[in-house]
Amino acid sequence: MAYTPHTDPDRAAMLAAIGVADVDALFEDIPAAVRAAGWEMPAPLTEQELRAELSRLAGRNRIPDVTFLGYGAYRHLVPSVVGEVIGRAEFSTAYTPYQPEVSQGTLQSIYEFQSLICELTGMEVATASHYDGATATAEAALMACRLTRRDVVAVSTAAHPEVRRVLATYCSGPGIEVVEVPAELAAGASGQTDPSRVAELLGDQVACFVAQQPNAFGVLEPMRELGEAAHAVGAQFVAVVEPTSLAVLESPAGYDADIVAAEGQPLGIPIAFGGPWVGLMAASMSAVRQMPGRLVGATRDGAGRRGYVLTLQAREQHIRRERAASNICTNQALCALAATAYLTAVGPEGLREVAELGATQARHAAAALRSAGLAERRFSGPYLAEVAMTLPDAGRRHASLTERGIVAGALLERDYPELADTILLAATELTTDHDIARLVGALGDVA
Amino acid sequence: MSHPGDLRYSKEHEWVRIDGSIATIGITSFAADELGDIVFVELPEVGATLSQFGSFGVVESVKAVSDLYAPVSGSVTEVNPALADQPELLNSDAYGDGWIARVELSDTAELDALMDADAYAELTA
Repeated sequence: MAYTPHTDPDRAAMLAAIGVADVDALFEDIPAAVRAAGWEMPAPLTEQELRAELSRLAGRNRIPDVTFLGYGAYRHLVPSVVGEVIGRAEFSTAYTPYQPEVSQGTLQSIYEFQSLICELTGMEVATASHYDGATATAEAALMACRLTRRDVVAVSTAAHPEVRRVLATYCSGPGIEVVEVPAELAAGASGQTDPSRVAELLGDQVACFVAQQPNAFGVLEPMRELGEAAHAVGAQFVAVVEPTSLAVLESPAGYDADIVAAEGQPLGIPIAFGGPWVGLMAASMSAVRQMPGRLVGATRDGAGRRGYVLTLQAREQHIRRERAASNICTNQALCALAATAYLTAVGPEGLREVAELGATQARHAAAALRSAGLAERRFSGPYLAEVAMTLPDAGRRHASLTERGIVAGALLERDYPELADTILLAATELTTDHDIARLVGALGDVA
Repeated sequence: MSHPGDLRYSKEHEWVRIDGSIATIGITSFAADELGDIVFVELPEVGATLSQFGSFGVVESVKAVSDLYAPVSGSVTEVNPALADQPELLNSDAYGDGWIARVELSDTAELDALMDADAYAELTA
């Protein structure tokens, strides 16, 4: 089926109207070197041939028997009810409806999502969601700049490197300076961000300090003290959190975070080649007008019945145009619905079990490697469900294990040159004792 | 629509009342009527420096969000604290209790770029 919205006469009329010779002339500003020269598409296939070809390609995927890979993306059990709920035709759109009030069911699901995120974080108001955790973090930093009318953003290097790269990209347009506060990474150090270092480096032009809990190395940060260091210079404290950890850790509201951002993938969303995922953001009601993106509110209609609306839309791009709180966001309604279904299915008890099992198995893995004389903990700071381990010749052994179907976590040296021979192992409720035994056995074999 | 004779007016529908070196700033009743029910006013910070015709805050109604443009340059000495809880004062008493900010005037010659009540009435007729 061809999709041809414009005929050749349509195009000719439009080009004539704007006085341009041909369509290529519209792309003159793009350097020739980065323009696509042509499309080398294979010949069309029949459905039968196409199925065979796709099966062949799918067969090239390598699915490990055992994996300890985390580092921002986490394998969790997704109860079947999640797929059942998001598979319903009524919900099958990634977007917030643009004639919203006729879609009461969708708005109610988003309102419940927002309520769950508020409950999880302890904050007063949550958005309808963002693209992913990294963009939610960048939006939180821009929001802090608007709230404080300042233009410097500070971030710990113990926040995930990919999150920091997205933050730098978002800040590059409006000319916001990004300052990094180095975490304590020396041999035998805590692996944390030192609040006294934050206090030294933050000046009175800093809009916010961004810290991640648990941080990129799985280490628990002294969030209260980091927040106090930010507040001492009038900066906002942006907490980037892992949502399942909130079942056992102090809530961001408890340590006075001003804005909370998170990757919502662990809440019922498969890892699936990096996305689509869902960004979470929450803040206090006093900051609501500077929150980016969509917000669903509850109200009563003329007959006194409960109803849902998109609220505070005057902040948004379709009304406020270039002065909107954000022009680079939408919500991820379907993934947010998956998170809502997941949290509702597991409940507070289930979520606590998820967090506790991850923490337990991470300790088992660290202890087993240590008692086998294979690896030592890299950092002294407390950790939750991910642990950084040092072992000789880590790169080669990691590669050998991958060949055997075992992914021995992430090699941190790729992003942190000072962390050579260090692997980051993640555990979840899906990590079995048998997985740990396979890891230990295989690492011993390739010593 | 008539407007107080002792004020000066800008094309952006702000008014200014001069009292010595202090200028009190608000939006006109015409602007408030056009915006409809006003639900939120984002005020400048005390100490902030305004420049004539530059944006210094935001007024949000049920219909739209609009920037506030300073009719004169100067340093903000006071903002109307009542607007935090009663933004509707802009609708009910635009030239009185609905004032927005007071600034220390930096250049009285700027007043020449503003209109008197008659000229403003003509603009909005």
